[in-house]
Amino acid sequence: MPAKLILSMDGEVLKEYVLNKERTLIGRKPHNDIVIDNLAISSEHAAIITILNDSFLEDLESTNGLMVNGVVTKKHFLQNNDLIEIGKYKIKYLNDQPVQATSADFEKTMVLSRPVKTAPGGGPGVGDVTGKFVSTTTATVKPSAEHVAAPAQAAPQPAAQAQQAAAVQILNGPNAGKELELVKSLTTLGKPGVQVAVLARRPHGFFITHVEGEKFPLVNGESIGEQPHQLNDHDIVELAGVKMEFYFKA
Amino acid sequence: MIRSHNEDSVAFDAPSGLVVLADGMGGYNAGEVASGIAVSVLSTEIRHHLQSVLPEEKDAFSGEDAGVVLLRDNVQKANSSIFHAAKSQPQYSGMGTTIVAGLFYDNRVAVAHVGDSRMYRLRGETFETITRDHSLLQEQIDGGIISKEDARTSKNKNLVTRAVGIDAEVEPEVHVHEVQVGDIYLLCSDGLNDMVVDEEIGATLQMLRANLPLAATELIQLANDNGGRDNVSVILVKVNGSFSAPHGWMAQLLNWFKN
Repeated sequence: MPAKLILSMDGEVLKEYVLNKERTLIGRKPHNDIVIDNLAISSEHAAIITILNDSFLEDLESTNGLMVNGVVTKKHFLQNNDLIEIGKYKIKYLNDQPVQATSADFEKTMVLSRPVKTAPGGGPGVGDVTGKFVSTTTATVKPSAEHVAAPAQAAPQPAAQAQQAAAVQILNGPNAGKELELVKSLTTLGKPGVQVAVLARRPHGFFITHVEGEKFPLVNGESIGEQPHQLNDHDIVELAGVKMEFYFKA
Repeated sequence: MIRSHNEDSVAFDAPSGLVVLADGMGGYNAGEVASGIAVSVLSTEIRHHLQSVLPEEKDAFSGEDAGVVLLRDNVQKANSSIFHAAKSQPQYSGMGTTIVAGLFYDNRVAVAHVGDSRMYRLRGETFETITRDHSLLQEQIDGGIISKEDARTSKNKNLVTRAVGIDAEVEPEVHVHEVQVGDIYLLCSDGLNDMVVDEEIGATLQMLRANLPLAATELIQLANDNGGRDNVSVILVKVNGSFSAPHGWMAQLLNWFKN
């Protein structure tokens, strides 16, 4: 669905516009696509360039300028729910197409076909001015008959959010007492060249995996082997002679 | 969630120093057919030609390395095969594929690519792409229309401006890079770099450089944990020793991919 603009003033919706043109003009004069007949608005105040599913707002050197989400802006890559303010008028930008698809075929790679251009020499082929490029482009969205097999697992979780914080505390040796919070998706432990393990923070928990060294790490005194091993609260991890405790933070 | 088809294809052949990765597109199973043709044409043809020509030899016509010519010619050959298959079989109409291929020889790597499958290099602390996507987004970044940071939230991902098999002809981009001992090369489909930012891919490789199979598994897990829906394929190549022409190829090859 194409993106939309909703023009309003003092909380009252005046009109809705669909962004179905490559260039949508906003201004006071009647030739604009969005006409705002108010003296605070320049004759051609701003333009919105739409390239497929992305839209860019540009101030056309207007007298009074414009704001996006309360910030004075010359040029802006519009995001869903952005609020453009021109004088007393407000324009809401709505583009509810998901950034990363919920539908199966959005993720699919597609080809933008254009007149065959085989530049000899094979340079990066990006020499076209993009504005011009767009006008000579026809986006061919390949018909998708693909189906998504949904395996037993639940719908994909957007990311490793909503996850408990965890840390390891070193129990012996010179660094005893030192706590290492596991904030990154991967944290390596041990001595390179001797014994190294990696702690991975994943949506469904923390996992320790052997990286290098002749010996495998021990968890609660038992060797974990080569496979990832999920850690539980207060597990004792031992590698390269160092003992540490893994625990979830309150 | 896993796609019913794996549209990615990969191949590697350590003796000839060749790695190939392709990400196909097209309805039904056309995507996997296209990427499959591309990978098999490249790997069989190049391996075959390497029996009679050395990649470091200079081509008599162009003066380029024979390896560069081999890559370019065979991407074009794959292009014709896919294009004609698509023409003759209605169910394959419009199929195509991206490709990225590396040929390691004489302490160099020749890299050919079409579309948005990438090759990255980790050298010391520096992790960077050595291919530039043939995609709408990359053209917008180059044209100053959109910043690299903004590009992450663009809704115009996955639109490639060049692909193998779509038109009668294709021009692959081919470059030769010097290789250093210790370099790690990553080839991947957009299923990885759409889901995991470059910094994180680089950090993962740095941390796990001692164990490449684990690095490959972790990269794919990262993409999945971040909500990856596309196929994710990665090939990791680590340069273990110098391989100047007389010594042959000594790099270690690894590859991992999921359905």
